[in-house]
Amino acid sequence: MSDFPWLVAMIAVPAVGAAVVAALLKGRELLAKQLALAVSLVVLALAVLATVAFDRGGDRFQLTTSVSWIPDFGVDFALGVDGIALVMLLLIGVLVPLVVGASWEDPAPEGRSMRVFFAWLLLLEAMMVGVFAATDVFLFYVFFEAMLVPMYFLIGSFGGPRRQYAAVKFFLYSLVGGLVMLAAVIGLYVVSSSQLGEGTFAFDALRQLEIDPGVQKLLFLGFFVAFAIKAPLVPFHTWLPDSGAEAPIGGAVLLVGVLDKVGTFGFLRYCLPLFPDASRDFAPWILGLAVAGILYAALLAMGQSDMKRLVSYTSISHFGFIALGIFAFTTEAGTGAVLYMVNHGLATGLLFLVVGMLIARGGSRQIGDYGGVAAQAPKLAGAFLVAGLASLALPGTNSFVSEFLVLIGSYPSRPVFTVVATLGIILAALYILLMYQRTMHGPPRGVLMAAPDEAPGALGGGSTAVLTAPAPAPSRLRVADLSGRELVVVAPLVALIIVLGVYPQPLLDLIEPAVTATLSDLGAPR
Amino acid sequence: MIDAPDLSLAALAPLLLVFGAACVGVLVEAFVPRDRRHAVQVAVALVGTVGGFAGTLLLAGTREVTAGAALAVDPAGLFLQATVVGLGALALLLFAERSLDPARSAFVASAAVPAGSVRDRELATSSRVQTEVYPLATFAIGGMMLFVTANDLLIMFVALEVLSLPLYLISGFARRRRLLSQEAALKYFLLGAFASAFFLYGLALVYGATGSIRLSEIRESASAEGGGVLLVLGLALLVVGLLFKASVAPFHAWTPDVYQGAPTPVTAFMAACTKVAAFGAILRLLYVGFGTEEWTWRPLVYGVAIVSMVVGAVLGLTQTDLKRMLAYSSIAHAGFLLTGVLGLGADGAGSGLAATMFYLLTYGLTTLGAFAVLTLVRDGDGEAVHLSQWAGLAARSPLTAAVMGLFLLALAGIPLTAGFTGKFAVFRAAIEQGAWPLVLVAVLASAVAAFFYLRVIVLMYFSPPAVDGPTVGVPGVPTTLVLAVTATATLVLGIVPGPVLDLAERAAIFVG
Repeated sequence: MSDFPWLVAMIAVPAVGAAVVAALLKGRELLAKQLALAVSLVVLALAVLATVAFDRGGDRFQLTTSVSWIPDFGVDFALGVDGIALVMLLLIGVLVPLVVGASWEDPAPEGRSMRVFFAWLLLLEAMMVGVFAATDVFLFYVFFEAMLVPMYFLIGSFGGPRRQYAAVKFFLYSLVGGLVMLAAVIGLYVVSSSQLGEGTFAFDALRQLEIDPGVQKLLFLGFFVAFAIKAPLVPFHTWLPDSGAEAPIGGAVLLVGVLDKVGTFGFLRYCLPLFPDASRDFAPWILGLAVAGILYAALLAMGQSDMKRLVSYTSISHFGFIALGIFAFTTEAGTGAVLYMVNHGLATGLLFLVVGMLIARGGSRQIGDYGGVAAQAPKLAGAFLVAGLASLALPGTNSFVSEFLVLIGSYPSRPVFTVVATLGIILAALYILLMYQRTMHGPPRGVLMAAPDEAPGALGGGSTAVLTAPAPAPSRLRVADLSGRELVVVAPLVALIIVLGVYPQPLLDLIEPAVTATLSDLGAPR
Repeated sequence: MIDAPDLSLAALAPLLLVFGAACVGVLVEAFVPRDRRHAVQVAVALVGTVGGFAGTLLLAGTREVTAGAALAVDPAGLFLQATVVGLGALALLLFAERSLDPARSAFVASAAVPAGSVRDRELATSSRVQTEVYPLATFAIGGMMLFVTANDLLIMFVALEVLSLPLYLISGFARRRRLLSQEAALKYFLLGAFASAFFLYGLALVYGATGSIRLSEIRESASAEGGGVLLVLGLALLVVGLLFKASVAPFHAWTPDVYQGAPTPVTAFMAACTKVAAFGAILRLLYVGFGTEEWTWRPLVYGVAIVSMVVGAVLGLTQTDLKRMLAYSSIAHAGFLLTGVLGLGADGAGSGLAATMFYLLTYGLTTLGAFAVLTLVRDGDGEAVHLSQWAGLAARSPLTAAVMGLFLLALAGIPLTAGFTGKFAVFRAAIEQGAWPLVLVAVLASAVAAFFYLRVIVLMYFSPPAVDGPTVGVPGVPTTLVLAVTATATLVLGIVPGPVLDLAERAAIFVG
């Protein structure tokens, strides 16, 4: 069974699915949705089966496939996963069907079709799988850049009012980072051709190089800038709140849940093993950025009045924790960081989905337009609370395990940074609970006070466009609670949050050997 | 008594075919009745160019110096010739398109009639078509093919003139906005004459310094005696003349105006073919004539590469006319190409030649396709080239927008398109020779340039359609063919570039 090309299938199935969905005739919207759901479920099944086929005690890279692609450049179409990549593939497998489900009844913006939305979504899934599964640096780069195109169209065609600005900003930030990385990728190739006699992009061969420290620093910075923009670390983060706020909810879930993880994944997979000396030299600086980001983004999150922007800022804060775990260079912290990547995808994914459902009902992204929702939509409020608590890492939720591992693992090597980072936990409680309290509890406010003849259409679910401020009227409207479809979308994430909060061991078993191998490339821990 | 030089007719066959077709075209103009002339001219021009293309393919692998050592028919020269004549044939197809313009042609019926006169207005609505453009373009293609195989400076100069003069003329042939077109032609002619004079003066100085006009003898003499003031000055002037043709900043001033004013098929032809020819000559001059004397040309090329990338990318941002935008894009791409030119190592090692030739092919195909799309989008006044007119094009014509989007992404260098493969190849060649600061500038310039390509995509896809927007014409067979070939090639060279890269690698040999 392990001979089956799982990874190739996980790229090919959604890519072909995207082409088929795109080729459907106009008006076959329902068929497009059903196809998209079916394809994404097949990918989930493939991811699960690949996990079963993966031997935990075996080689570092498994399920490998390698075909020569561009012989003149020494490029292979080489795929393979270690435990870290595998859990990311599982995360993709879980999130995409839920995103399809959550976008099921979204109305298409004028002049567009949801068929196209699902086609781009599936193409994005194929690219995301590719980026985590590539074991050839050139191939990784190709997926890294090509991934921008579907996300660009998702934001630009289906996003909020400022979607054009957000889409271009997203694309250009990522492109700048990617191009700098391209220069470093080529540099790495040139070093490999001088040391090995023949240039290569194969990760396993590049790992063996002895790179001169000065060159190492330059190449490290090339990769680092790309990943720091992607992740995003603090001075490179300004694109994320715009993209997160303007992207359609489904796009936002995948953007923050998976796409940004490519940055932190890149730190672990490429920066540390390929440039060990440079990684150690720059670690204090990066830790400084990470910790500054935890606090700064948390403070900004508290100041937001737009819920989607708020969630985007919380993510930047969480990415600080992940970077802290990675650059602490201990096995516990590294394992915690990878687990954090998965947990953050689940928790923030759920938070975005629930916020999206709320926005679909109220037609506004502003916190101030909501109040007392819990009384009328208890299930919605419940899901919101679970997502929020998972985001602030309450014990019993999945995020607690990872955050605790990161902090406890970082403390021995980096006590000062760790202690300062801990403050972020307190701020997290503030920004989450304040948002929850203002929207869900208290007297009904904002859209709930709208007169019945003014905005009835907006309350049952509808466009995410910002309505003109509704005039306060005495009569109260019911906000519909979660529908059956929405419950089906939310339930798996709630369940995973609780289950992984209590029993994270299966994931840890997958992650830990890979982290150990990564750190041994680095020459740490000491 | 003067001995006739040896001519290897086989090696010259592609050139002879193309020039022959051009001469036949002139006769056709004189003897074939007007109502059948267009079809015959198109057929003659296509037979010549396609035959020339086939000829270059058959000759693959030839290494011959012929015609009294004036021509070097070598693998690199043949690769470049094939690129020029192949792209030229595609451009001729664009010339032959008759279903887009209501007046059945993109070219003025009689260029000699003053713009705006009574006769001009009569002709504007007549169905008479211009056919002189075909032999003229065929002559230009022949000149370009000669240009990239010229083994001595005098032949190079003659070829430069043979390719330039027809281009000056056909730039002024636009059927609509005739004054703009004539202004473009005049500007191109005046500045082009200057550039030719620079080249000629440089030729004289180099001859004075080395006593020869043959590239290989110049090289021997330069390595033996070192670079004197005369030689360096001569080289600089020669390079300036060539950089002008290649529209490299700071010698680019003509490019936006001429690209904008010339008929769009002619712009496509110039953007693709002239670029290939000019870079072919630059490569041969620098690699063969001054190959090992790196100190003489490296800093010069380094400097203009940076200027060209920055000027092209930054000024491209401010353009609102698509043709001008693509002109600045062409200037930026000239800078990327020079990055590849720098990938020449000691003793001719390094992948610079192969990378630059591959880039020329990919850029030529992509830019030709992009201009071909421009010919489709029209309003009552001809082509709709103002950016704002393209708003919401995807809703009106999804296929046109998708094809244009593909070309724009390729020009921006996004992976899985030909543009990325080309960029990767030239950047690699430059980094191998230690020119990483230049590559860093190049990647930043790419990012800046990406903004204006993206802006078009934003307009096409994310903006609401303009109220009285342009219509998208249904192209006839020729344009459809061009779009199909260029779009397919742009994708294929991005996804499976192996065979063509391999071809360029094996063709990267200059003799002479």
